[in-house]
Amino acid sequence: MAKGVVVIDEDRCKGCGLCIAACPQHVLDFSEKINKSGYNYAYMKYPEKCVGCAFCAMTCPDVAIEVYREKVAA
Amino acid sequence: MPVNTENMIKVFGRPKSMTDVRSTYCPGCHHGILTRIIAQTIDELGIADRTVTIAPVGCAVFAYLWYKCDAVQASHGRASAVATGIKRANPKLIVLSYQGDGDFASIGTAESIHAANRGENITVIFVNNQVYGMTGGEMAPTTLIGQRTTTTPAGRDPGYFGYPIRFSELIATLDAPVYVTRQALYDTRRIMDAEKAIKKAFTYQVEGKGYSLVEVLSTCPTNWHMSPVDANRHVTEVVTKAFPLGDMVDRG
Repeated sequence: MAKGVVVIDEDRCKGCGLCIAACPQHVLDFSEKINKSGYNYAYMKYPEKCVGCAFCAMTCPDVAIEVYREKVAA
Repeated sequence: MPVNTENMIKVFGRPKSMTDVRSTYCPGCHHGILTRIIAQTIDELGIADRTVTIAPVGCAVFAYLWYKCDAVQASHGRASAVATGIKRANPKLIVLSYQGDGDFASIGTAESIHAANRGENITVIFVNNQVYGMTGGEMAPTTLIGQRTTTTPAGRDPGYFGYPIRFSELIATLDAPVYVTRQALYDTRRIMDAEKAIKKAFTYQVEGKGYSLVEVLSTCPTNWHMSPVDANRHVTEVVTKAFPLGDMVDRG
């Protein structure tokens, strides 16, 4: 199971691609669908590879990304 | 796509002092990253109820819409002067003057330099993207030599238009400023450095130490006619050669 997961606000995304370039695990890609503003938004193409590092969310100029990480048993 | 986030820890989300308004910036513009960093810093320091943002004229003219705190929209270039007035009238307030390069380094040169020279206890964030973004990409004082803009179609010729101005270095020669630094946002490491610098600048203001200036090298994918990823590369390879990163003054 993936260690992390990102939730992308599709309608807030402007399809700039900075998150896709920033992801060290190459999880994200442009969707073939468009959002209501007409942008090809980013989505998790390979969700199983996500480690929850939040690099995508840090680079997102529209703050459209939330990042969740798996709880580690203490 | 619905994602199951039950039993997971949220490690990153929208800062509390940021509104839900969609930004008016172009795709890939670094203004958005900076807005998030500022809101996060306001959250971390717990100063949302006493922060006043001064919005400039330029791409960031709607800056008063992004934060859940008070704001004033100043005349072109006069943000540092308005910030001075607000801070002197009520020194308990935390005043942020958010300005672009056309605003801070061209039209507001006098106000910017004198606010710094008086050592006003304010924080200035100076966004340097080397063009006048909002009006269509005209030459700014910070435009690089040879850079094509709508008013320098053959590239900036220093014999005719002068050289790009390094404003932070100018401010750093003064005695009053406590913190002058230049940061960038082209990769995650730089973003983390910029977060630290902005937090330091706000902390100095909270502690009453004096004037701090954080210059941030930004991209303008629209007016540079580049993709956001190529624009980031351009900052890494070209812009940082003309505008070297790092702290110039830290008297905190």
